[in-house]
Amino acid sequence: MSTAIVEPALPEPEGNYLENGYSLRSWLTTTDHKRIAILYAVTITAFFFMGGTAATLMRLELISPTPLIMGAETYNKLFTAHGVIMVWFFLIPSIPATLGNFLIPMMVGAKDVALPRVNLLSWYIFVLGGMFVIVTLIAGGIDTGWTFYVPLSTRYSDTQVVYGVVGIFIAGFSSILTGLNFIVTVHRLRAPGLTWFKLPLFVWAIYATSIILVLATPVLAMTLVLLAMQRVFGLGIFDALLGGDPILFQHMFWFYSHPAVYIMVLPAMGVASEVISCFARKPVFGYRTMAYAIAAIAAFGFMVWGHHLFVAGQSLYASLVFSFLSYVVAIPSAIKVFNWTATLYKGSITFEAPMLYALGFVGLFLIGGLTGLYLASLALDANLSDTYFVVAHFHYIMVGGSVMAYFAGIHFWWPKITGRMYPESWSRLAAIVIFIGFNLTFFPQFILGLEGMPRRYFEYAPQFQFLNILSSAGASILAAGYALPVLYLTWSIRHGPHVGRNPWGAKGLEWQTRSPPPVENFDVPLRIPERPYDYDPEAEEAKRK
Amino acid sequence: MSYPLVSLPVAATPYAEKVEGLFWAVTGVCTLVTLGIAVAMTYFCFRYRSGAEVDRTLPDLAAGKSRSRRIEATWIAVPFAFFLIFFAWGAKLYYVYDDPPDNALQIFVTAKQWMWKVEHADGRREINELHVPVDQPVKLVMTSQDVIHDFYVPAFREKRDILPGRYTVLWFEPTLAGVYPLRCDEFCGTGHSMMTGRVYVMSREAYSRWLASGSQAPSLARLGFDRFRELGCSGCHGPSSRIHAPSLAGVYGQMVPLSDGSFVRFDDGYIRDSILQPARQIAAGYSNDMPPFAGRVSEQDLLELTAYIRSLANTSPDVPQGNHLQ
Repeated sequence: MSTAIVEPALPEPEGNYLENGYSLRSWLTTTDHKRIAILYAVTITAFFFMGGTAATLMRLELISPTPLIMGAETYNKLFTAHGVIMVWFFLIPSIPATLGNFLIPMMVGAKDVALPRVNLLSWYIFVLGGMFVIVTLIAGGIDTGWTFYVPLSTRYSDTQVVYGVVGIFIAGFSSILTGLNFIVTVHRLRAPGLTWFKLPLFVWAIYATSIILVLATPVLAMTLVLLAMQRVFGLGIFDALLGGDPILFQHMFWFYSHPAVYIMVLPAMGVASEVISCFARKPVFGYRTMAYAIAAIAAFGFMVWGHHLFVAGQSLYASLVFSFLSYVVAIPSAIKVFNWTATLYKGSITFEAPMLYALGFVGLFLIGGLTGLYLASLALDANLSDTYFVVAHFHYIMVGGSVMAYFAGIHFWWPKITGRMYPESWSRLAAIVIFIGFNLTFFPQFILGLEGMPRRYFEYAPQFQFLNILSSAGASILAAGYALPVLYLTWSIRHGPHVGRNPWGAKGLEWQTRSPPPVENFDVPLRIPERPYDYDPEAEEAKRK
Repeated sequence: MSYPLVSLPVAATPYAEKVEGLFWAVTGVCTLVTLGIAVAMTYFCFRYRSGAEVDRTLPDLAAGKSRSRRIEATWIAVPFAFFLIFFAWGAKLYYVYDDPPDNALQIFVTAKQWMWKVEHADGRREINELHVPVDQPVKLVMTSQDVIHDFYVPAFREKRDILPGRYTVLWFEPTLAGVYPLRCDEFCGTGHSMMTGRVYVMSREAYSRWLASGSQAPSLARLGFDRFRELGCSGCHGPSSRIHAPSLAGVYGQMVPLSDGSFVRFDDGYIRDSILQPARQIAAGYSNDMPPFAGRVSEQDLLELTAYIRSLANTSPDVPQGNHLQ
């Protein structure tokens, strides 16, 4: 079943980007987009396991309806840390800053991003923001939830809100600079002849994401500044006791944080399109529609934030409009799922690890998307809002969707990034373990929500225990699943077999160069294809006979 | 752990039953879509796996293009139609529901870290419990003394955030007697998960007995009348006052004109705002003479004052105020 073409070790005459200096200094002062991608990958992997540890401890605690290994305050700090770290220090930079950084210049046929030094600066800013968050954790953490709702976060919490907010504020500039860099790169550095509708959907997705990053992140920055000013100086913008409005905070927070969901999921959609078309040996079904759908999601994504406020005291008429628009934004997402499925039709399909992850992504994203239809409905949301149903819904989108796709992308481009292949059976096993563990963790949470268990509950009614135990059991499988890639991918860096330029037979420009690529990406003339995803399943079949 | 895997809470109000109807309709459609996609993906993955001897010829580019346009148009239009139905169905339920009936029994709820305080019109108070009669619309007027909380009764399939500095309203008409869990559904700090309570929906007789068994505290409106005099409100708003201030008799629930030409509903929220920040919305024909009471009255005072002014709804300006409370 395997089609990975593992070629015998071919010592390439020239060096590659990995051999361009081995010292720590050579890494910390690099302006090579590929090396910066790796700096990001290492950083966010560390954050992923920090956030994951918090989640593991929470799931351990929730085995029992009464306190088991910690107190309420610790639990509240854990879910806040989990949310803050996973959202801002893993998911938002995940695909854009690692795979995006590595691939965007190559996919447009450029030597680097448009602003290479700004790219490095962006990583340093990210690390600085991350250090604030680590200091926050060491100084005792925050107990407000990652949403920082006022007045809990301003008047009533005595935890390290300001440090955390400063960290997120700083990291936001990293987002903005990265987004700006990609926008300029896609506009200015495309190879001659590489028109917009010849670009891979991954580039479309990262481009749309970058626009959201640049437009939405400043609003978050303003919101956080006002929050800190209220907490430190007593500024009353959000303070009901001073004539301010706590709902205004929620509007401003979600004006960023809902588009942020699309920051997390659009790149995942881009990865899925690359991987599914490659392993089905079929052009993506409805390429143009897929590109327009990406643009539509980015645009409409800015107009739906109010669906987080249906029960918060927002006017009924505002809620009606936001409910309607939330259904509108579901349309392009639905198109994408249908088109991925149609891409499989009459393909020549193989099931290497990237494909397993990508198919898992489609299934989990589908469930996450469909359960969003419940929450977009006013009457259903008035029951389900802030319950475990919501927790399950957004984990299906962000973990089932984004993280699965991130893993699909890492496995797909790993041979390009490292020049080596990972063990095939282990990687497939990990994909399956993660899929099972994920569903066992989060599907019971839908039912918990329907049964009326609110989110952020440290103790709960005994009737909810069975499903919580199932969920915790799933989390232990999921944790094992996430540990596997770390082990075999690390192993493969030294011991994996060398691969050639294009082990998957993929059509993107990045596969025309060596693996790992030379410092300036391409040392052969580029062949710009007539159309993107120029796969031919019949030719593929004939070749294999 | 002898609990069944799935046990949805009972639907204790007609509204909750309607929400259940919508829930199962959406669930039915979503299940079909999930199965459809799962079956299609599995079938394609199996049938078109590499090496399988199947026909893989695709239509030529032009024909393929128009065919795929038709296919895509279908799977844009059909989901959109369903989405419109879901939207309209959910919006209609919620919209109709948003307006409490006039005969609703009004009860005040004050939330604070981490307890519920309930005050009935007759002055009866409860902590973390709410007793209501069956088959009677009940309207909760809610405010918070500190952070944002949320009043959530799964059996009623509804919830509403409770905010500091303003009133929010939630109403329901339970038709099924029973005891239902009440939970705080907006994270409110350390004790959030312990901020629970019970709603007792009682038969009429049981409710009357419960009412009679309570302490004979003065009614909220009566307390409000006392507050009205102590705070000096009656000096201007009383019937015998010579100061030019609007009378509060017979206006509760009406639309009243404001000096800027607009109209506002004279309800609990307006009363509250007018006590705290009178300059914001001045009644037509009056000037801004009233001092703001923000910081000088407690939530409890506001509650009692509101109850008193509400009790004037059916009085005329000539009747000595407070007499109707005896």
